Amino acid sequence: MDVRSQISMVFHLDKCIGCHTCSVACKNVWTDRRGAEYMWWNNVETKPGTGYPTKWEDQEKYKGGFEKKNGGVDLRAVGRIRGAATVFHNPSLPIIDDYYEPFTYTYEDLINAPEGADQPVAKPISMITGEPMKIEAGPNWDDDLGGSPIYAANDPNLDALSSEERTALFEVQRLVFFYLPRICNHCANPACVASCPSGALYKRGEDGIVLLNQERCRGWRFCVTACPYKKTYFNWGTGKSEKCILCYPRLESGQAPACFHSCVGRIRYLGNLLYDADQIVDAINRPDHELVEAQRDMILDPFDPAVIAAARANGLAPDVIEAAQRSPVYKFVKLWSLALPLHAEHRTLPMLFYVPPLLPMMASVGDGIYDTSIDQFLGTIDSYRLPLKYMASLFGAGNEAPVRHALRKQLATRMYRRQVTTDDLEEANVRLALSETDTTAEQAEAIYRLTSLAPFDERFVIPPMHREEAIEMLGDTADAKGLTGLGFREGPQRGA
Amino acid sequence: MLDVILFGAFPYVAVVLFVGVSIQRYRREPFTYSSLSTQFLESRNLFWGSVPFHVGVLVLFFGHLLGFMFPRQVMLWNAMPARLFILEVSALICGILTIVGLVGLILRRARSARLRVNTSVNDILVYIALLCSIITGLWVALSLRWGSAWYTHTIVPYLQSLIVMQPDIQRVAELPLAARLHIISAFALFSLFSFTRLVHIIVAPVPYLWRPTQLVIWNRDRKTTSGA
Repeated sequence: MDVRSQISMVFHLDKCIGCHTCSVACKNVWTDRRGAEYMWWNNVETKPGTGYPTKWEDQEKYKGGFEKKNGGVDLRAVGRIRGAATVFHNPSLPIIDDYYEPFTYTYEDLINAPEGADQPVAKPISMITGEPMKIEAGPNWDDDLGGSPIYAANDPNLDALSSEERTALFEVQRLVFFYLPRICNHCANPACVASCPSGALYKRGEDGIVLLNQERCRGWRFCVTACPYKKTYFNWGTGKSEKCILCYPRLESGQAPACFHSCVGRIRYLGNLLYDADQIVDAINRPDHELVEAQRDMILDPFDPAVIAAARANGLAPDVIEAAQRSPVYKFVKLWSLALPLHAEHRTLPMLFYVPPLLPMMASVGDGIYDTSIDQFLGTIDSYRLPLKYMASLFGAGNEAPVRHALRKQLATRMYRRQVTTDDLEEANVRLALSETDTTAEQAEAIYRLTSLAPFDERFVIPPMHREEAIEMLGDTADAKGLTGLGFREGPQRGA
Repeated sequence: MLDVILFGAFPYVAVVLFVGVSIQRYRREPFTYSSLSTQFLESRNLFWGSVPFHVGVLVLFFGHLLGFMFPRQVMLWNAMPARLFILEVSALICGILTIVGLVGLILRRARSARLRVNTSVNDILVYIALLCSIITGLWVALSLRWGSAWYTHTIVPYLQSLIVMQPDIQRVAELPLAARLHIISAFALFSLFSFTRLVHIIVAPVPYLWRPTQLVIWNRDRKTTSGA
């Protein structure tokens, strides 16, 4: 058992209101620079939709992630041999137009334009060339199903549906969508790290954050192709790739990452998980429908004395283990099986988990009228307006079982709370819903609390990062006694 | 006198710049080491420039290198006229691939507004130096045929004399103009090398072929610290 700690995330999609505050917080802190204007380390997509970059889920086009081949698992496109063959021109690299051409406006014209018959206008100009441009795409161009015949209808996840189901989804009365905020998943088996020819990408041992060493990156761009989530970006100005750093400088000082901190809907949870790195190889070799479960099996119980002993033997600090015991992510992912990885079929073991949205689920339509007169409170999962197959394509690697369980458990919790507050449901029905999803009353209460009431400190349990010990990678601190200081500093010099 | 400067001194300057500045830059400014790819801004035309250019230039580079290292073997190979012919034609084809690719790359850059704003003086210098080398090389190939035969008693002894620090300038000073220009432009390319994006050649990702798939970096020794 090789116990590691991983800072891990849960996004509760029922609570996301699609306000993009997370995206803007991230943009202002990290990517408001030349060459990075087009990057949104955090973005929010409308589902169904084609997302950002356009159709990022279409691996026929972008060839991201791992796939099973020759009895093992290898990168889909930029492994050792294929990568070497395409190093001079990578046919599956997304280009700027797959994202959008960044733009601004000539605001100064509003003030400086000479007096005339017309109101001055601010013209859109490209942030690459500075030339006037016609804006034809943006990072959330299909927000709230805008242009859905072009965008939402081309969502690759709809391939799982029959043509009738697809047609039904886009009837005006039945239109339905939800939001999918995305950041780097800080995978346990990151495809970007596996693909980097220069070894610039790495996973931090202590906390599992995936980082990119700017001084080692040579701009071969394999990582951009390899990431199935398209969350490594190429800075066209510096000629280096960049990615979400999970605001590690904030984490190291005990603060939540900017996107987490700013989340208006409070959908985000952060905490560490203990997992068994020895199980990675087995987990990524399982067939698609077992992947979600295999990843959950990797996560260890932080209360188990054997796990604690192995963690201590592996150098994990007691307070890191203690943080794992309080981790909201552990509860959502492991204890309650409510949170699921996004597109687990790419075998990167993403460590960002989503609670699939229960709403909007009711209201079937007959004769153009919403029918809410259902026997059962909130209806059943199978009359869900977004077909379960669609949700399974996103969160179950094609397997409906874990998604169905997560939704039914949420439903059971709601029924339980309804009974507590208004007491208008058949008690037998509520008990049945709870028992069918292995939910006790205490657990339902805990899910309700963490979902709806949890304050800051319960949503973000940030393990101590022990950066004070990182100094030891530079050498023995005793050796530096009596010198000018520690670290990369040079000796004091007079004059000049 | 000019010959002494060009063929006796300049090669040493080029090598010192090539080695010294490359190392210094790697140590002091590792961030600046990049291939500076522009595929992200323009992909379709890049294919028709980058692929023929790189394939051609790689074959030519290693051809030149092998010829210098194993002149005797090359002479033996060339003992049969048919084989000499095959070697020369292959080299010429690579030269044409290279120039076609390079001209394609230059036109691509000149035509795209996005690429023009992302072009530095250094990029232009690289294009000029490469163009000079390739054009003079093709000139040699076409006007002074069977270079793979005559180089063994001209260029090879000259390069060897440079290595032992006793430049034998006469070996090359009397070569035809095309050959002399080719030699000078090659050393010019070497002297520019470490100041430009050409440095991506020396950080080519060869170790990728055998390195472990995943890379995990620990800040501290996980077995000994943080324990108590």
